[in-house]
Amino acid sequence: MSDHELIWRIAGGSGDGIDSTSQNFAKALMRSGLDVFTHRHYPSRIRGGHTYVEIRAAGHDVQSRGDGYNFLLSLGDSFARNPQEEAYYGNEEIKPLAENLDDLREGGIIVYDSGLVSEEDVEELNLEERAEENDWHVFPIDLRSLAKEHGREVMRNTAGVGVTAALLEMDLEHIEDLMEDAMPEKILEPNLTILHDAYEMVQEDYEFEHDLRIPEGEHHEEQALLSGSNAIAYGSIDAGCRFIAGYPMTPWTDVFTIMSQHLPDMGGISEQVEDEIAAAALAVGASHAGVKAMSGSSGGGFALMSEPLGLAEMTETPIVLLESMRAGPSTGMPTKPEQGDLEFTLYTSQGDSARVVFAPGTIAEAYEQTRLAFHIAYEYQIPTIIIYDQKLSGENTNVPVSFFDRDPEPSLGSVATEDEIAEMPHDTSGKFHRFQHDVDDGVSPRSLPGQKGGRYLATGNEHTPEGHISEDADNRVAQMDRRMAKLEAIREELETEHESNQTYFGDETADFGIITWGSSQGAVEEAVARLNDQGHAVKAVGVSDMMPFPENEITEFIESVDQAMVVEMNATAQFRGLIQKELGRYGDKLTSLLKYNGNPFEPAEIVEGYEVNVDGGDAEPSAQVRIEPAAGD
Amino acid sequence: MSAFNAIGEDREIDRNEFTPGIEPQATWCPGCGDFGVLKALKQALPEVGLTPEEVLTVTGIGCSGKLNSYLDTYGFHTIHGRSLPVARAAKLANDGLEVIAAGGDGDGYGIGGNHFMHTARENHDMTYIVFNNEVFGLTKGQTSPTSPKGHTSKTTPHGNAKSPIRPLSLALTSGATYIARTAAVNPNQAKEIIKEAIEHDGFAHIDFLTQCPTWNKDARQYVPYVDVQESDDYDFDVTDRQEAQEMMFETENELYEGTVLTGRYFVDERPSYQDQKKELGEMPEEPLAERYFDDDAEWERSYDLLDRHK
Ligand SMILES: Cc1ncc(C[n+]2csc(CCOP(=O)(O)OP(=O)(O)O)c2C)c(N)n1
Ligand code: SF4
Repeated sequence: MSDHELIWRIAGGSGDGIDSTSQNFAKALMRSGLDVFTHRHYPSRIRGGHTYVEIRAAGHDVQSRGDGYNFLLSLGDSFARNPQEEAYYGNEEIKPLAENLDDLREGGIIVYDSGLVSEEDVEELNLEERAEENDWHVFPIDLRSLAKEHGREVMRNTAGVGVTAALLEMDLEHIEDLMEDAMPEKILEPNLTILHDAYEMVQEDYEFEHDLRIPEGEHHEEQALLSGSNAIAYGSIDAGCRFIAGYPMTPWTDVFTIMSQHLPDMGGISEQVEDEIAAAALAVGASHAGVKAMSGSSGGGFALMSEPLGLAEMTETPIVLLESMRAGPSTGMPTKPEQGDLEFTLYTSQGDSARVVFAPGTIAEAYEQTRLAFHIAYEYQIPTIIIYDQKLSGENTNVPVSFFDRDPEPSLGSVATEDEIAEMPHDTSGKFHRFQHDVDDGVSPRSLPGQKGGRYLATGNEHTPEGHISEDADNRVAQMDRRMAKLEAIREELETEHESNQTYFGDETADFGIITWGSSQGAVEEAVARLNDQGHAVKAVGVSDMMPFPENEITEFIESVDQAMVVEMNATAQFRGLIQKELGRYGDKLTSLLKYNGNPFEPAEIVEGYEVNVDGGDAEPSAQVRIEPAAGD
Repeated sequence: MSAFNAIGEDREIDRNEFTPGIEPQATWCPGCGDFGVLKALKQALPEVGLTPEEVLTVTGIGCSGKLNSYLDTYGFHTIHGRSLPVARAAKLANDGLEVIAAGGDGDGYGIGGNHFMHTARENHDMTYIVFNNEVFGLTKGQTSPTSPKGHTSKTTPHGNAKSPIRPLSLALTSGATYIARTAAVNPNQAKEIIKEAIEHDGFAHIDFLTQCPTWNKDARQYVPYVDVQESDDYDFDVTDRQEAQEMMFETENELYEGTVLTGRYFVDERPSYQDQKKELGEMPEEPLAERYFDDDAEWERSYDLLDRHK
């Protein structure tokens, strides 16, 4: 792996346009041939409060955020100076500069807005001394004045981008193109002037001693920059989903709004409803009537869905639900990622309840597994859930456009046509046996209301083949066994007909293994590459099938190593617990590396976790990462 | 070819078609008011020309929720309080279906109260029948949101301290566009009201008084009742919100004190939610569910949305 990478952090106040500026800059980097990966840090506040977006760009594949970063563009928090009394947020103008210095790498660049940050502030930070120690290159530039000269103060973001491009000796072409696409004429002109002014000013007035330059790279095919939420929404659309119902809750809201913006134009329906119980119940109602339907939420909202989830299972109504995790319990940390809802998602709803749960690890997997979730739900008449988190929701990376060039799949799965219904069993009153006892793979074809000959009762109570409520013992066993048999059939289909959903990487012959799930996969992948580069032998697997669990695959992986470390973002080692429960052993072979401070893993923390594990644990991992030893240790 | 040939079928329909031929025998208690709703529905449905297969009845949980076990249409017996969100989505997904939701007063005004308010507000094109017996029947007689003040039960041994909910007024303020009350003891009126409700384009709410002889022996079981449309003592305009509101207020006071007033209270022509959504381009003209069976349907794909990401 080449070391030559740019990790650009733009920091400022929430609501100051950091998001759109960074989105455009990331796209410009992608268009110049680089692979990019974005990471967003933001507070739970609508306006104001320190926020940053980090863009990692390199000529090689990037899977996660890096360790630290090497270019800071610090804009200042314009909402920190709220003129209303009692709305004072403390001295936050300085935060975008002050709060980010610890992670800046040696030799890094700092650009800050000297139009906002005073000299005393800078002195207080000891900036000069620290810069010398770390070989930082500091550029105090009055971005505000630059912006005001030709436009308005808010255009200081553009000035900042101009300065960045000049310092990196980066061509303005892609940035200009993107601005032209995004901005109306009236604001385009001043913005372009500001961009050029800033660029030229830096070139003329400053000596460059730093050696950070824009990395070189080339794409062999066209790329698209998109987030996990985009990928899930697009996967749903391509799976033929035309009905969504929901209630806003961060971070699930992203998918909900993307779908709401597209579905009506595609002949579909989106409904914002009174609560999450209703939302999931609407998905059930729509699917029952013959439409591919979805709903979703985040922890607290998903809690309310446990009722309709069970109803979908008992009535064998296909639905797809999303669970976009944030740190809990209760409302927890709304804008911070955690992988803490796994057990809740697997086991919510009463009784011997079963569903299919996929946990995509990357943006491409999110698209792929969403399609798969619809396929499985409709073919097997079972609720499927995609569990992901705030990190995957909001991070952006480039994916080849051709990846999405596939046919839509509007099939309703195991729905019988009227002709087929006519040939199938009915009782003497003419009621259709929609829930037959003995069918292959547990799936009994369903009819849709309005079809001739297909009348039946769907009920959340236990029921006979035609849908009558029944507490008959033989019937109970037959129905229960049939519903449970679906999971076995699904496991078989996932193993034989689809390529494995698990992602393997690293040195195949290694005897140290790392097991992870969901969005932690990228950082693990990065860490494993680094460890192997350093001469260690490590391999890893990112697991996506949570239920049914890929027993054979994971057994094989664990058997092939001496020791395995399970990496996940929660405090109670939920995934390790799942592995041990599903496989019934390996308590002595598995350790855990846990992080639950609200920030996702950085690759270096995983490298460190490996070292602590392998070196026998005399060095403690960094304060906010925890190692949970193997049972019996 | 349509995938839903039962929808719109035009033929002579016998009310016995709505009776399941075999099991189950109704498990309702002898004398239960729920039989009255079942009977009225079986009469009303053929009279408005509906076949069993084009009707979807969606119920909640309670004695009332068993309605569609004994009524042979397409049925969905959901969970306690959730019939409305399931029902309205089914109607959105296939608006060719005739959707009728039903449940008890606990189901509809208690646990499902939030859905009631919002389904009425949105004015979904459907019929909603609440079996109002002033108690929780299935869970054995506890106090319900419509139980009178002072009502004693196992959960209110010293008498109910709460005043009952006002279902008709609640439906009106929430935005329902057809509001009526009828009673199991008045089968002819019940049938007529159900027919009107079905034919109404919008959210039609029927507060259906059903006696529960098992748990509500105190209740006067809704006799004698007065039909406000038939009686000379009451003269109000059902299309006038103000007058309807006053009449409802009186009716809801009287229920616990004297006369049982029934009849239709409010009829409004506000366009249904489905129509408004269609007008805004937020819902397809043809039933959405039909699309999945249309071989010529064009399915847009995400690939065409990628421009903004390049
Ligand atoms: C979530 C939930 N809570 C409680 C129950 C138990 N329960 C079943 S029916 C019912 C009340 C039924 O009363 P009502 O809706 O008035 O109908 P009735 O039986 O009187 O017709 C209750 C509380 C349940 N099934 N689900
Ligand atoms: S308990 Fe009451 S409501 Fe239930 S069936 Fe018996 S009489 Fe009817």
